[in-house]
Amino acid sequence: MHLFLFLLFAAFCVGGAVNLLIQRKTINSALSLIVVMGSLALIYLLLGAEFVAVVQVIIYAGAIMVLFIFVIMLLNAGDEEQSKGSNVAKVFGIPGLFAGGIIGIWVLLQHSPQDHPIPIGALYGPADKVGMMLFTKYLLAFEVTSILVLIAIMGAVVLARRSHTS
Amino acid sequence: MTIPISYYLLLSAFLFACGVTGFLIKRNIITLFMSIELMLNGVNLSFIAFATRLGTLDGHIFVFFVMVVAAAEAAVGLAIIISVYRTRETLNVDRVNLLKL
Repeated sequence: MHLFLFLLFAAFCVGGAVNLLIQRKTINSALSLIVVMGSLALIYLLLGAEFVAVVQVIIYAGAIMVLFIFVIMLLNAGDEEQSKGSNVAKVFGIPGLFAGGIIGIWVLLQHSPQDHPIPIGALYGPADKVGMMLFTKYLLAFEVTSILVLIAIMGAVVLARRSHTS
Repeated sequence: MTIPISYYLLLSAFLFACGVTGFLIKRNIITLFMSIELMLNGVNLSFIAFATRLGTLDGHIFVFFVMVVAAAEAAVGLAIIISVYRTRETLNVDRVNLLKL
């Protein structure tokens, strides 16, 4: 059952990622990215990381993608301009991509520890444990992150503001 | 019933590869940004899979920090995109080739 659920959500992820690549319109790419992020949140739940799953939905699929779609609609971004691909890339790139992918998958499956599979079902990443660790072991990094976010807010305001001097 | 960690790593690698491919072949600057987000998501999946495998919560904290950095990057980057569009009237990265207008 868990394997079925994993394969289902992984198929959604793969489909969304491929759709992001092949779509010409920017808004369609953004919507398929939302599909990827939503199915990734469900995969996190399968892995027991409930805090990360909720944060994924709220921050990634909520805040960041809303910002993206807001900017896409604000700038009225339509179809993407086509550019001619090189013939060398078509001749060597696609077979090379397949060969590299197959070799990578083979190596990973050969060397992965099959005897230590991931236990699933037990929610062992609850929010209180994560928060306790965040405010004790990683307190300095957390505070530095707050400064980063503050600088990002100021930078966004300064960059997006219309300059009154010109 | 359990799932081997290699499945998660394969999915993570595929998402990262899709992000790299999109970053290289796309022309729209917003789509490039979304490809970067896709790469970050792939890395996050690796973090969570290894955290679950090793039985620690440190990976969850790292994912939290990655998300914070991604949010900050998206806010600043989209502000830059708006500024670029305002001055150049285009979103095609091939046409944004001058530092100074």
